[in-house]
Amino acid sequence: MTLDVVPIRVLLFGYYRELAGAGEIELELPAGSRIDDLIAEIRSDPALVGIPSAPAVAVNRRYASGAHVLAPDDEVALIPPVAGG
Amino acid sequence: VGISSRPISAAALAAAVGARTDGAVVTFEGRVRSRNQARAVLKLHYESYDSMADDVLREIAAEARDQFGAGEVAVQHRSGSLEVGEVSVAIATSAPHRAAAFDATRYVIEQIKTRLPIWKREDYEDGSSSWLDGSVPPETEVRVADSEDEAAL
Repeated sequence: MTLDVVPIRVLLFGYYRELAGAGEIELELPAGSRIDDLIAEIRSDPALVGIPSAPAVAVNRRYASGAHVLAPDDEVALIPPVAGG
Repeated sequence: VGISSRPISAAALAAAVGARTDGAVVTFEGRVRSRNQARAVLKLHYESYDSMADDVLREIAAEARDQFGAGEVAVQHRSGSLEVGEVSVAIATSAPHRAAAFDATRYVIEQIKTRLPIWKREDYEDGSSSWLDGSVPPETEVRVADSEDEAAL
């Protein structure tokens, strides 16, 4: 079965989570969309324009590039600058 | 290896590493300090992407073993609220000789700073709080260059 839209779950942490007021958002994007398209869609929300245009991103718990093409039910996370230790 | 919401210590990890052929064990603890950039810190709160952070810690530990010939690497990072003086990160590495154990331990803490998906908010004695500036994980530096190219078109 071919889907014309892909459902994507996006996890938000730290400062990005506070901007969104939620730790998770769900979006639908046209099939074939890339991470960069997803970020542009998220930043079209005025509350989320404070998220950088090219943040670090993880797909299914691994760092990924903006060119990564999203698959249905991918778990995407926007990763603010990390501050462990 | 992993993220823990309960107290951790390097001593506990040190007791768990080291085969009979390992003559060296090096431990490291990071602790919450009372002042940061001249502000009095009351508490620290770590927010973690737990499932990914567990994976990243395992990867870092495996790299440390492979690159330095360390025997065993144990590492834990705290999540949640920590008081001043509490241990935020604990590492213990064993190796046949000291150089590999020191090098592997240093590698683990530096990689945690660079790529572990965890964030730190400081609460200050004056009632304010802030998310601390962190490191941009390596993959992102490539992407920043990409987006600048696009903007120039």
